[in-house]
Amino acid sequence: MGNVLIIAQIQDGEVKKATNSTVTFASEVVSHIGGAYSILALGDDLSGQSEALAALGAQKVFLAQADGLDNAIAERWTPIIEKVVVDGAFQVVVSPASSTGKDVLPRLAARMGAGMASEVVEVVFSDGKLNYTRPMYAGNVNGTVIIDTPVEILTIRPTEFEAFSSTGASPVEKIDVPQAPEILGKIEFLGFEKAESTRPDLAEAGVVVSGGRGLKSEENFKLIEDLADLLGGAVGATRAAVDAGYIHNDFQVGQTGKIVAPDLYFAVGLSGALQHVAGMKSSKVIVAINKDEEAPIFQVSDYGVVADLFKALPELVEEIKKVAK
Amino acid sequence: MKILVTMKRVADPDNANKVKISGDGTQVTSEGLEWKPNPFDEYGVEAALRILEDGVGSGKLRGEVVVVTIGPEEVTQQIRQCLAMGADRGILVSGDDDKLDAMIVARTMAKLVEKEQPDLVIMGKQAVDGDSNQASQMLAEILGWPQATFAGHVEVPEDLSSATVTREVDGGAAKVKVAFPAVLSVDLRIVTPTGVNNNVAAGKDYQEGPRYASLRGIMKAKKKPIDKLTLDDLGVDRTLQVRTVSFTQPAARSAGVILETVQELVQKLQDEAKVL
Repeated sequence: MGNVLIIAQIQDGEVKKATNSTVTFASEVVSHIGGAYSILALGDDLSGQSEALAALGAQKVFLAQADGLDNAIAERWTPIIEKVVVDGAFQVVVSPASSTGKDVLPRLAARMGAGMASEVVEVVFSDGKLNYTRPMYAGNVNGTVIIDTPVEILTIRPTEFEAFSSTGASPVEKIDVPQAPEILGKIEFLGFEKAESTRPDLAEAGVVVSGGRGLKSEENFKLIEDLADLLGGAVGATRAAVDAGYIHNDFQVGQTGKIVAPDLYFAVGLSGALQHVAGMKSSKVIVAINKDEEAPIFQVSDYGVVADLFKALPELVEEIKKVAK
Repeated sequence: MKILVTMKRVADPDNANKVKISGDGTQVTSEGLEWKPNPFDEYGVEAALRILEDGVGSGKLRGEVVVVTIGPEEVTQQIRQCLAMGADRGILVSGDDDKLDAMIVARTMAKLVEKEQPDLVIMGKQAVDGDSNQASQMLAEILGWPQATFAGHVEVPEDLSSATVTREVDGGAAKVKVAFPAVLSVDLRIVTPTGVNNNVAAGKDYQEGPRYASLRGIMKAKKKPIDKLTLDDLGVDRTLQVRTVSFTQPAARSAGVILETVQELVQKLQDEAKVL
């Protein structure tokens, strides 16, 4: 029997949907190895999130609260998570593959001498071991991974697991947070610069409209924004569009950017480089608009329109407005 | 100041869709594909050079840049590419990819750090073949050094005692200052024209991307030393903690239909896909 510890993802005071997806993953693991899952959240003050966390069906919710924990400094978080893992004899530690999860969990793995698998998309149980599937080579190969250490550490790709919903009320325990380790003297948090957006979170949006180099300028990106806003969606971009300065890099979709899987994905004025496709190919419906009929994006799209985006996008906005009436 | 930069060779990332899986599903083969330095590691070399240069593109470094790799003998070629960019020397630790996991890589680097005593280790945030994004964080923990991962911008003071790093994280950018010795992992934006500010070569911007080797650089690189070591020389524990036991091809999406008009698209999205 083993127990699973989930590290919650909290951003802007909100328990992110990625946490719910991680709960679904943890339930699957528990169905294989027995035990139960618990949740650990770290932050300055989690009184506002406690209720949402307690509604995720966990055996227990642990809250680690101390000044500075909101900054998610890996050197600060690691010993706290380690203590909870050791005290609770957890066998699997899992977090969404958020930037914090990616930053902190490998450090935890090294600290605990535990093996780690990144961006897991599937788990099965075979010959008494958990087998994790994870994408490699920009999603062109899936590897099946087995971890041979007593504690197994994972990040999972939230888009591959349904978001768990429940109305339960788990017991909540405020843990004693260990003192900040000495190494904190060598790292100073200077601040967080928020990428301002009034639109839904790219990772959670039901509709994503992405633009590429074909947009030609920052001003033209407004065409992408107009369509996104009409559909209550998020805006995404290719690396080329980000590098060209059309949009902030927080909106980059791809192998090394955000991984998205909305119900509806528009790929506009982008060729479909495999690094980009790696970040969006799990979308339910993909629409491509590109004037080059040879563009590889048409190979992965459900619907394609070969057209000049500067003409097609405004037209599309008008047409959708018509049918929405 | 000494900077250690790690570099892994990877199959040409722009042709990652051409890698093949062996019949028994136990190996990935990249026959016919060119080997290249992992792009993020190339950015690491560029960042190290920019940190140490005494002027934009001057080629004169205020310290030493050492490129280290684990791989077969043939990786000397990719090390030479990095030396041609301007790094000073290389270290090649012989090893097979399928007998390594991130922890063995981190342990190996820790041994090299012990040997070389650098002030800073720079690593690419992930190798674009394995896509794990683990080794730099693990190394920092093993060494007990601070880490600044996913660096999109780095500023160092003239005395090279620390780095102020803008980290690319969900929802924006986090700024941290780490005292050296430290481990940095670099993200895409580090090679934008203003990705590194060393307060010496200030005022002028770099070209976008990692620099191309000059002919002179390529000639000089041929004479630069590459030390060759084994994992046994370094006394690295080679127990695998993580085994990739099989590989499969993910289900491919099939191409859909090409529509003539936007009107048709809207109709399909509404009636067929039912997403509007």
